[in-house]
Amino acid sequence: MLDHQVNQPILSTQALTKQVSIGETQLTILHDITLQVNPGEAVAILGASGSGKSTLLGLLAGLDLPSSGKVHLQDVDLFTLDEDSRAALRGKMMGFVFQSFQLLPALTAIENVMLPLELAATDNAESVAQKLLQRVGLANRLYHYPKQLSGGEQQRVAIARAFATEPRLLLADEPTGNLDSATGVQIIELMFELNREHGTTLILVTHDEVLSRRCSRQIRLADGKLLQ
Amino acid sequence: MNSFRFSLRMLFRDWRAGELNVLILALVIAISSLTTVGFFADRVELALARESNQLLGADLLVISSQPIPDTLTAEASRRGLAVSSLIKFPSMISNGDSNLLTEIKAVTEGYPLRGRINLADQFSINGDVSTPAHRVAEGIPLPGTIWIDEKVMTRLELKPGDRVDVGMTQLVVTELITREPDHSVGFVSMGPRAIMNAVDLPKTGLIQEGSRVSYQLLLAGELKKVEQYREWVKPQLTRAQRLEGIRDARPEIRAALERAEKFLSLAALASVVLAAAALALAVRRFTLRHLDGCAVMRSLGASQKQLFYLYLYYFIVLGIVASTIGSLIGFAAQQVLTQWLTGIVDTELPWPDALPAVQGVMVGLVLLLGFALPPVLNLRSVPALRVLRRDIGLSNTHSVAGYVLGLIALSLMFIWKAQDLKLGLYIVAGFITAITVFGAIGWLLIRVLGGLRHQAGGAWRYGLASIRRRAASSVLQAVALGLGLMALLLLTLIQDDLIKDWHTSLPADAPNHFLVNIQSDQVQAIQTFFQQHDITQPRMFPMVRARLSKINGKSVAAEDYAHDPHAERHVRREFNLSWTNRLMSDNQVVKGTWWQDGTQEALLSFEEGLAKTLGLRVGDELTYDIAGSAFSARIDNLRKVDWDTFRVNFFVLVPPGLLDQYPASYITSFYVSPAQASVMHELVRAFPNLLVVDVAIVIGQVQQMIRQVSQAIEFVFVFTMLAGFAVLYAAIASTHDERIHEAAVFRALGARRQQLSRAWAAEFALLGGLSGLFASAGASALGYVIGEHVLNLQYSFNPWIWLIGTSIGAVGVLLAGMLGTRSVLSTPPLLTLRNIG
Repeated sequence: MLDHQVNQPILSTQALTKQVSIGETQLTILHDITLQVNPGEAVAILGASGSGKSTLLGLLAGLDLPSSGKVHLQDVDLFTLDEDSRAALRGKMMGFVFQSFQLLPALTAIENVMLPLELAATDNAESVAQKLLQRVGLANRLYHYPKQLSGGEQQRVAIARAFATEPRLLLADEPTGNLDSATGVQIIELMFELNREHGTTLILVTHDEVLSRRCSRQIRLADGKLLQ
Repeated sequence: MNSFRFSLRMLFRDWRAGELNVLILALVIAISSLTTVGFFADRVELALARESNQLLGADLLVISSQPIPDTLTAEASRRGLAVSSLIKFPSMISNGDSNLLTEIKAVTEGYPLRGRINLADQFSINGDVSTPAHRVAEGIPLPGTIWIDEKVMTRLELKPGDRVDVGMTQLVVTELITREPDHSVGFVSMGPRAIMNAVDLPKTGLIQEGSRVSYQLLLAGELKKVEQYREWVKPQLTRAQRLEGIRDARPEIRAALERAEKFLSLAALASVVLAAAALALAVRRFTLRHLDGCAVMRSLGASQKQLFYLYLYYFIVLGIVASTIGSLIGFAAQQVLTQWLTGIVDTELPWPDALPAVQGVMVGLVLLLGFALPPVLNLRSVPALRVLRRDIGLSNTHSVAGYVLGLIALSLMFIWKAQDLKLGLYIVAGFITAITVFGAIGWLLIRVLGGLRHQAGGAWRYGLASIRRRAASSVLQAVALGLGLMALLLLTLIQDDLIKDWHTSLPADAPNHFLVNIQSDQVQAIQTFFQQHDITQPRMFPMVRARLSKINGKSVAAEDYAHDPHAERHVRREFNLSWTNRLMSDNQVVKGTWWQDGTQEALLSFEEGLAKTLGLRVGDELTYDIAGSAFSARIDNLRKVDWDTFRVNFFVLVPPGLLDQYPASYITSFYVSPAQASVMHELVRAFPNLLVVDVAIVIGQVQQMIRQVSQAIEFVFVFTMLAGFAVLYAAIASTHDERIHEAAVFRALGARRQQLSRAWAAEFALLGGLSGLFASAGASALGYVIGEHVLNLQYSFNPWIWLIGTSIGAVGVLLAGMLGTRSVLSTPPLLTLRNIG
């Protein structure tokens, strides 16, 4: 399912800058980032540790506020919205996959997948979650708690959760960072498959060159600056 | 989806996953201990009230010099109260030529409504009646019969079946009374006594217009109904009528009961403090554990409002469920406790009312909503960015505001629970001061101690570093543990003082006989008599009977005090004026100063309560009428008198020498052991004009009651201790997650289990010792204030409490901490590191 306005970027930034002060000194983590992501694209943000790629992801998702610059999600200027409106927009349009999975430990697999649907007050949360978990190969793990699942299984649950609300944009932060390489490959396969099936736009933050090549485009960050 | 249902679902999920264990446990233990104490205290109070009412023969008396109108009796019956009546009058009883002025009670069916009449098993004239075998009377004397006491028996030389003349009729002596309720309420009724059936009264012809008769309506029933009746009847009483409950009649019982009640409230309050401390710690853990979940929900699109309602409903439901469970457990525990206690306490404990259960649930909710909810609601403002950066948490300012709100809610709760504004305020002020001071000193100490870690060796260094690293949570733990321990130590101190005070005020050899009407020329002879019979020579107090005639030159009439029957009675009757240079040990000057030795000034020392009743102040000039001549003096000081010592005391004292020209008699009190009882007969035979008043029975009853109150208090105390464990558990559990992480990292870095456990042991011991130190200081200070100002106890400084408090704190927290973290140490580090990844 491609966006009907193919030519219009789904996500764009203008001169995005993030500075933090540590004591007296000002530290620039992101410097003047301008980029566009088109619907259906898979974009890898590459960079070494500390290059600012996670900070960039936080800003793209509206989880953090920039020191200056803008982020547009389709037509919406993210930072003119308050935090609650940004949260609502996230709930509607974005899905997340995190390095540390971020499953709620008190919730079973299926409940973790149901959570975003429940927050959005969707009626058929349980059947949607069940189908998604079947799709990610966890049909017989529905009622297991995260701690009863392996790392790979936990990340599959997280991926199912990310697709539960049919988001247009999937943001993934080092999704294989906590997994061994064999499991990592399977997870990446799964993510790209689902991405294709759902026609989702993918933004993937990673330091892994091989992984980044699976994406249609690579954006490189070094010391908070874009190297294109 | 409806947000309430979502809340319930999340609550259920957290509960199922065991996330709520610590919180629920803290709340359930807290509320169950609170309600147990509440229920139990309630029942003990009711039982004590009933027990003490045995001394009166009823729960409430209407006393009148005129026949009591039927309307009062009918209303009492209508309200479901048990009713009986009696007529009390002095009359001669004659056996042949011997006559004896006797206090006769003509009683009706049902008497006594509380307590019992004991009758001697063997009724023989020479029998030793000091410790007679006795049985409880069934019913009242049959018409045509009379029951007499030992004095009547001895003086009239009666045996069973003898006939005595009472007025115009003859009655058959059938029983010897060894104990009866309403014995000796005041001196007037201390003479020989007899009980007859009211049916025979008209035949005696003794009750006529102008006879000195006391009509009494006896009432008993549920406390509430009795109180309602009291309120109903009060405005209708004529000047001839008055009400008397045990508290009106017996100052020593009133003092004991009121202190016991205040102690029981204090115990209940202590469990509230413990509950609050446990909850604060459990909630802290809950908040920490839910930070991530909330950040994830924020990133998944949850609004602040959604999270607010999620946790609002969540906590309301949790509070109601946990408090209800707690209340039910409290009710059950109290039943068990009562079963156990009834073996020790004589009385059957009355059924409690539902109030403690309602209070339990209310306290649970207030605690949770006022104290726990504010920090939890702050979860809604967790930055969603936390999903990417774990180091971002909550700002602390929110939770400080939350605790302030909680403290206000808690303070109001306290004042309500204390049922005594003064006690409530002292406690609230005490604990708030404690929190502030503990917090500030704790913070300072932790900084200083943390700074010392470089000088310390091995385990201590890591322990100190660990405390300092977790400064905020260490302070919170030390304050919460300190408060909990303080509440327990406070109870220990006060309980100890309370029981000690009772024992000293009524020692085993407290005076149990009064000797009244000793003439001046008999004083020496009586002292000699005591000496000969190995009884310690008591101090003789002179007294002169006087009637108050003028205050500041203005004539006083009883009618002036018509609005206050109590004051009116005092003005109507004669006072005993006594003189002394020496202030008695159970007296304390509260206004003005005690006069100098040898003063010739006409001064008065007035008992504070009576001065208040009559509206008198220091400096007022009073004139008394003594045997027809006027005596004027100025009030120089007011005294507080400890009436519950059973020693001789006077409302009004003057310096020696002023009243020498007036006819005086002497009074004294002394202790006679049961073995010496026969000496009293000899004394009366040697000095027939003396009136010997035997208060041994009354003292025995009071002592027994005090024993029971003490036992009840000890039981309640033990139970409160249980709530203390909840605090300890919550405190240890609140850092459990941090420790799991810490242990994994340390062990991954090669630390041996032993090294880690020693570092923690040092940390726990320090934390516990610090809390114990705080608690000892707080308990000593607050104990002093409450002892002096609320319970009127002689507070004794107890240096041991510091040692005990500090060591209990250190050892308790050390043990609980090591037990609580044992599982953490035995888990392989990789497993933990992966779990928290």
